[in-house]
Amino acid sequence: MPPFIELRKVTKTYPTLQQETLLALQDISFEVGQGEFVSVVGASGCGKTTLLKIVAGLIPYEGEVRIGGEPVKGPRQDIGFVFQQPVLLPWRTVLENVLLPIEVMGLERSHYEKRARDILQTVGLAEFVDKYPFELSGGMQQRVSITRALVYEPDVLLMDEPFGALDAMTREALNLELLRIWRESQKTVLFVTHSISEAIFLSDRVVALTPRPGKIADTLTVNLPRPRRLETIQTQEFGRLAKHIRSLLGIGEEAGGIE
Amino acid sequence: MKGMAKGPDRWWGGLLKAEWLYSLGLFVILMGAWELLVRYLEVPFYLVPAPSGVLVALKEGFSEGLTSRVGFYLHTYYTLGEALAGFVIGSGSGIILGTLIAQSRFLGKVFVPYLVAFQSLPKVALAPLLVVWFGVGMTSKIVIVAMLTFFPLLVNSIAGFESVDRDVLEMMRSLRATRWQMFVKVRFPSALPFIFAGLSMAIVYSLIGAIVGEFIGGRYGLGIMITQMSSTMDMEGIFSVFVVLSLIGIALYLIMRSIERRVVFWTSRSRDVIGL
Repeated sequence: MPPFIELRKVTKTYPTLQQETLLALQDISFEVGQGEFVSVVGASGCGKTTLLKIVAGLIPYEGEVRIGGEPVKGPRQDIGFVFQQPVLLPWRTVLENVLLPIEVMGLERSHYEKRARDILQTVGLAEFVDKYPFELSGGMQQRVSITRALVYEPDVLLMDEPFGALDAMTREALNLELLRIWRESQKTVLFVTHSISEAIFLSDRVVALTPRPGKIADTLTVNLPRPRRLETIQTQEFGRLAKHIRSLLGIGEEAGGIE
Repeated sequence: MKGMAKGPDRWWGGLLKAEWLYSLGLFVILMGAWELLVRYLEVPFYLVPAPSGVLVALKEGFSEGLTSRVGFYLHTYYTLGEALAGFVIGSGSGIILGTLIAQSRFLGKVFVPYLVAFQSLPKVALAPLLVVWFGVGMTSKIVIVAMLTFFPLLVNSIAGFESVDRDVLEMMRSLRATRWQMFVKVRFPSALPFIFAGLSMAIVYSLIGAIVGEFIGGRYGLGIMITQMSSTMDMEGIFSVFVVLSLIGIALYLIMRSIERRVVFWTSRSRDVIGL
């Protein structure tokens, strides 16, 4: 698989009030192949969201990030970003929210409106096209947000704990749905989560990040067969991987704080 | 006042029927008690009028011709005209200046200390001065109303633009939205609920401003009617003007809220039928 997203010695420091600098990320290097699904997992505050926003070109960084061979210097339109919160505009209907990137990018609306309706159909929102966000559940709102990131056909999907605010059952359903979308669209996905099981369940590879400063503890290949089903979680291999990641992140069985 | 304010919602919401009837009942009881007390205690009519007397004065005021100086129509025309003209000028410039200030940190830092200082000044204290400057005609009243309505809109516009969700701005940035696109598609609509809250406040202030201005001096207006009637101890007349003013105030407020409900329909304030 040719590398599509490349990170070389990515480092991020923040100035603090005490005139010191806070090291948030240190020497992060890894690659994501074209069409690959890679998750970054780590505890809250380990800098994984920062890492994702660096790849999205939303914050400055030291080191090197390339997407499709081109260095990342700012936001780019070949990336779809899904945020922790759905960040929908409450005065726009579902369809209008999904078409927001099309308007902003000045693309031809008629072509993309059909595409938007098609994707909304596949995520089960066909009847909600003309509803407003406040009429939808949290899970439905996040589906709209994912559709918005897919509608302009970006090559890369960056997802920042998109299901973190949802209940466990909705989360499982959306995990399966995401895998289906990924399989059909062949996108390259970089997914950030604090849930070890979510990371393993979804990914081809998992990057484990230790906190303060965020450093790569290890990168694991997930050799679980696809398509994955919820039963996959009960397999021995799944359990082995989860245990390994837990030990990498320095959390024993007794310590909480991470799923 | 409260019961009457809730009344018209019955037709819009249809949820308040029972409460509305209770409010109306309370009104009838209060008016009846007032009538009885005034008659029984033989309160002089030049101190507190009886509701029946006020009703007669109301009837007389409304049955006068459109241009009669003793009827309500001519004076209402002036007061309402001053209030609305001042409201449009004052709140309009408040929104424009607030929007400009909110777009730049620098402007904010330069202007805000002055605005805070000016806002803490009771604007009605300037009314006599404004009459000296702009004369006893409509202009001085319009200026007072404009000053009173300017600040709620200025402050609320700035607060509205500051309320914009950072995550939404970041989402727009990830799409490489231009500054103008951010303004039109996100910042301005986000500020609208605050702007409308300011407008609901300002529409009430506009009537206060017009009346205060008329108290200082002038020829026409409901405030002039009140001053003239108090010089002849016409209490029934004065109370009838109060009623007219209340009705105008309630009507303006309800119109404003119904526009608000249609424009910023996504806020909880708009979706709550009872939320007057």
